[in-house]
Amino acid sequence: MPLNYDARQSMITLSPTDFDAIRLSVQVAIAATLLSLPFGLAVAYLITFVKFRGKLLLEVVVNLPLTMPPVVVGYLLLLLLGKHGWLGSLLSAAGIRLIFTLKAAVIASALVGFPLLVRSLRTGMEAIDPQLINASRTLGARWYDTLFTVILPLSVPGLVAGSSLMFARSLGEFGATIIVAGNIPGVTQTIPLAIYEYASSPTSGDMALSLCLVSVALSIVVLFLHEMMAKKMARRD
Amino acid sequence: MVLRMTARKSFATFTFSADVTIRDDRFGIFGVSGSGKSTLVGMLAGLLEPDTGEIMLDDDCLFSSAKRINLRPEQRRVAIVFQQHCLFPHLSVMNNLLYGFKRCPPEHRSIDFDTLVSVLKLEGLLGRGVTNLSGGEKQRVALGRAILANPRLLLMDEPMSALDDALRFQIIPYLKSVSEQFRIPYLFISHSLVEMRLMAEQVLVMSGGAVVEQTSTDQLARSRMGHSPVGYINLLRLSRPRLDNGLFSYAWGAGELLISAGSDQQEAIFELSSKDIILCKMHPEAISARNLLKCSVVSTFESGNKVGVELASGEGRLVAEVVPQAVEELRIAAGSELYAAIKASAFRRIG
Repeated sequence: MPLNYDARQSMITLSPTDFDAIRLSVQVAIAATLLSLPFGLAVAYLITFVKFRGKLLLEVVVNLPLTMPPVVVGYLLLLLLGKHGWLGSLLSAAGIRLIFTLKAAVIASALVGFPLLVRSLRTGMEAIDPQLINASRTLGARWYDTLFTVILPLSVPGLVAGSSLMFARSLGEFGATIIVAGNIPGVTQTIPLAIYEYASSPTSGDMALSLCLVSVALSIVVLFLHEMMAKKMARRD
Repeated sequence: MVLRMTARKSFATFTFSADVTIRDDRFGIFGVSGSGKSTLVGMLAGLLEPDTGEIMLDDDCLFSSAKRINLRPEQRRVAIVFQQHCLFPHLSVMNNLLYGFKRCPPEHRSIDFDTLVSVLKLEGLLGRGVTNLSGGEKQRVALGRAILANPRLLLMDEPMSALDDALRFQIIPYLKSVSEQFRIPYLFISHSLVEMRLMAEQVLVMSGGAVVEQTSTDQLARSRMGHSPVGYINLLRLSRPRLDNGLFSYAWGAGELLISAGSDQQEAIFELSSKDIILCKMHPEAISARNLLKCSVVSTFESGNKVGVELASGEGRLVAEVVPQAVEELRIAAGSELYAAIKASAFRRIG
C-alpha cells in the first residue's frame, strides 16, 4: 500500500502486514454487514409485523450471540463448517472450503454482529406508525408493496444505525474469528488478530499500540455516524 | 350504495356486535369514544376480522365467516380518511396523492387528478413535502389521496378531531363537495353531533360495542336536547349579509336576523343553542335582544325534563327549549303564535 508520508517518522508506525490487517478488517466488516442485511431485515420485519408461533424462540436465537462468548460461537461454527461437520462435509463434497479462509471470518463476524443489526432495525420499524401501514393497505397496496414503499423507506435511519453498529462490531471481532479463520497474516489476519500477535511477542509493544490507535480511530468515526443516525431516528415522529 | 353488515367480535373488555343495513350514500356513525366506531371501521376496511358474520357491499361479499371469505384490505376498495392525517412522511404531496391512484386498476379510475387538485385547492402544494404542511392542508391531502384511490366506499374516521375549531369547519365543505362531485358514498364517523348533522342525514348510534339505534341526525339531536349541556344546536346557513349599525343582517324566514359575529363572506353557517331563545306570549314593548321574531309553533317534543318547541317563521325553522311549567303558562301547543327573542350575540359562526 503506498504511503504519502513517511509513516516510520511519525508516531504511528505501520508495517505492510498492518496495512493488510486494516484492509482485511474493513473487507470483513463490509462483507459481514452486507451479508447480514437481507436476513436482518427479514427477521426484524417478522418480529415487528407478523404474528406467528415461536416468535419468542426466534428472538432468543437471534439474540444468543450477544450473550454467548464469541469463542463458543466460533467453536460451534467450527463443528458445523469443519471438514467432518454437518454442513462442512456437504460443502467439501462440492469443493468449497470455508475454514481458515476470509469467508469464514466474514461468517463469524456476521453471526456475532447480527443481534445488534436486528435490534436497531427493530427499533426503527417499531417507530413506524401502524396507521401508515393500514393507510397503505387500504389504498390498494399488497403486503410486499407496503414493505417496499412504506416500511423499508421509513426504516432507513434504523438500517444505517444498525449497519454502522454491526460494521464497528465486525471490525473488532476476535474470538469467533480466530477459531474458524485462524490468524494467517495477509489472508485472515484482521486488526484484532494482528494486535494479539504483537502483544504475544515481548518486542512489539509499539506496533501493537499503533494498530490499537487505528482501531480506536475507526471505531470513533463509525460510532459518531451511528449516534447521528440514532438522533435522527429519535427526532422523527 | 347498500351496505349490509352482521358481525360479532369479542375483545378482552367488550364485545362488538352489529346487525345493520345502510342504504344511503351519506351516512353517519355516531358514538362516544370506546363505543365501537373504530372497530366497525376496521372491519369494513379489512383491517380487523370479525369472529363471525357477513359484510356485503352492494352485491359483493367482503367478508363471510360461513363462506370463509375475507377480502384483504387492498382488494376491498374501501378507503379511509384517518383521524390523524397518516400521510407518508417520506413522500411529496404529489406522491402521497398518487399512492392509491397508481395501485387502482385502470378500469376503476374515474377521478381526474387535476379536477380533484383544484377542488381541494392543492395546486401550490404538489411539489412540497408533507411534514411542513398545516393541519388543514394535511387533512385535505389525506382526503385527496383517499378519493384518488377511486374507492367505492369512503370511511371518514373522525377526520376533523385532530384539527382546531376554526379549521374543523373549514374542512367540512371539502369533505362534502368532493364526495358529492365524484359520487363516492361515505360513512362519516364522529362523536360530534354538530359535525354529524352537517355531514349526514341518517345515522347509526353506537354504544358499548353495539349499534343501539338507527335514526335521522336531527331526531338524534332532538332526543339529546334535554340531556346536553348545550341544548339543541340550531344550524343556520345564512347568505348575503348586509351591514346594519355595526351588526350583520341576514335574510331568514319571514324576516331577518341581526348577528354580531357575522362576516363578509357570502355564505356562513351559524350555531344557535335552543337555550338562547326566549319565548314571549305577547309582543314585549321594549327589549334589549336585537331579534324579535313572530313565529308559529309547528310541534313540541319532550326530551329529558325539557320541552322542545319547533318554531316556524316563513320557511325558517328553529328549536327552542323551555321547562314544562312555561309550556303550561304560555299555553304552547302546535299552531299557537309566539314571539322569539334572540340576542344578536347568541349566534356563533362555525364556517
